[in-house]
Amino acid sequence: MELWPLDNYWAHFGLFAVIIIVFVLMGVMAYIYVERRAFGPFQLRWGPNRAGPFGILQPVADAIKVLLKEDIVPNKADKWVHWLAPVVVFLPILMILAVVPFHEGHGLVPDLNVGILYVVAISALGVVGIFMAGWASNNKYSLISAMRAIAAMISYEIPLVLSIIGVVLITGSLSMNDIVAGHTIPFFLLTPLGFLIFLLSAMSEINRGPFDLMEADSEIVAGFHIEYSGMKFAMFYLAEYGHALVMSAIAAILFFRGWEGPGSEYIGVLWFLVKTLFIFVVLIWMRVTFPRLRIDQLMAFAWKFLFPLALINLLVVGAEVVALEEIPWWVLFVNFAVAFVLILLWSKFFKLGGGRVEVKV
Amino acid sequence: MKLKFERYGKGLAKGMAVTFRHLFRQRITTQYPEEKLIPSKRFRGYELIWDKERCTGCATCARSCPQGEIVIVTSRGEGNKYVVDKFELDSGRCIFCGLCVEACPYDALFLGLAYERASYRRGELVLSKEQLERTPEKQISAYFHPEFEASLPQQTLLLERAGRKGQK
Repeated sequence: MELWPLDNYWAHFGLFAVIIIVFVLMGVMAYIYVERRAFGPFQLRWGPNRAGPFGILQPVADAIKVLLKEDIVPNKADKWVHWLAPVVVFLPILMILAVVPFHEGHGLVPDLNVGILYVVAISALGVVGIFMAGWASNNKYSLISAMRAIAAMISYEIPLVLSIIGVVLITGSLSMNDIVAGHTIPFFLLTPLGFLIFLLSAMSEINRGPFDLMEADSEIVAGFHIEYSGMKFAMFYLAEYGHALVMSAIAAILFFRGWEGPGSEYIGVLWFLVKTLFIFVVLIWMRVTFPRLRIDQLMAFAWKFLFPLALINLLVVGAEVVALEEIPWWVLFVNFAVAFVLILLWSKFFKLGGGRVEVKV
Repeated sequence: MKLKFERYGKGLAKGMAVTFRHLFRQRITTQYPEEKLIPSKRFRGYELIWDKERCTGCATCARSCPQGEIVIVTSRGEGNKYVVDKFELDSGRCIFCGLCVEACPYDALFLGLAYERASYRRGELVLSKEQLERTPEKQISAYFHPEFEASLPQQTLLLERAGRKGQK
């Protein structure tokens, strides 16, 4: 495949490295702005509207404020690991975006044949950074909350991957270019259950919405980065929104046809960005609506609800792929019916342990 | 068998619909410096008004003050009447209990409707005779003086601003 500017490796890598870093920084700022601004009307208030027109400079002001703060390292912290943890949390975002095509074959690695597998593998790396942060702080509470975050993130990785496999089965390719090309109708209509499972586990994966137990800014104030301040804290914050950016970009590619749309030869990148933002707005909407889950509800939801549903969804999609040569459009109705029945059934059987634990004296 | 869908995702959809409807409702926030609310008619707020003409300098207000923050110094003037030389209030220490207003035998003290009295220096909070003096611009609160109530503007109710029907 021809490399985009000048057909020169160095020009290509240099340009896309800059594009990706700018995309992450600007994207995170835009996300923070959009989220705070969207929270306003949802909660009958305005959101930031003082710094600049419509408060558009608010994330800039926040960034300057947090960067000027003092960097405090606990006395007995493991200095090197403490320093390294925010980098390890942030790095996977850049690494994932390296293979995400912004347009047909336009990315740092234009067409990686194992693209989605690479994304799944790399996105698990952030967990290591969280554990490093919890461990290096030399604070038992940050260690506990790091453990809690890891338990949730690893549990939700499984339904996430299983729902991605459904899409991969239909298109028969791991490359993200082929997945977008393989869309006959958008996959969020073709495999509604897969999309729902992906969305829910992605929300947990990026610590958002009702699954933000490890963040829980109103109660336990995160935890694993409790000993971090200044620039390092900003890195965690950046990584959190960066993960949201990456996950909504992946969702846009897998389920919303990525850059495809009217006039996609010219404004494909714009379509991609609009779809990414749309998914993020849906995430905000869910976050603002639902109350936070308890830790046992969180784990039970992953293992008793999403995991079996993801397996059955995989089975159904696999059977359809085997039975039908080309997936015709009416399969959509079958899948919607299957999703409806399965969700009803599993809601009926979904139980949360024994409730209150009684201690026998 | 009749299914109740509340436990099967209908509740979630309902919640989403509620937050979606919130997008089109009027926002409850007061954008303070641009938009100001009118306080209650019997507001016991951040202003004490002193009527120079009516004051006889009897210092009942100073004695009734639980904080002891009203400083009043008088001298003997024409016709054996008191002349108020100094009438000072440290509004930083005043608790706006209104006891001085209730105590005044000559109705020379009132509470006012103003509330924007923040300052950068503590010394600025000590109000002198001239600053406390009754002027036509100062709106007198109806606290302990219900005769002013009719002329005062109606209080802004958040209920009315939210687009719902408020009681008159």
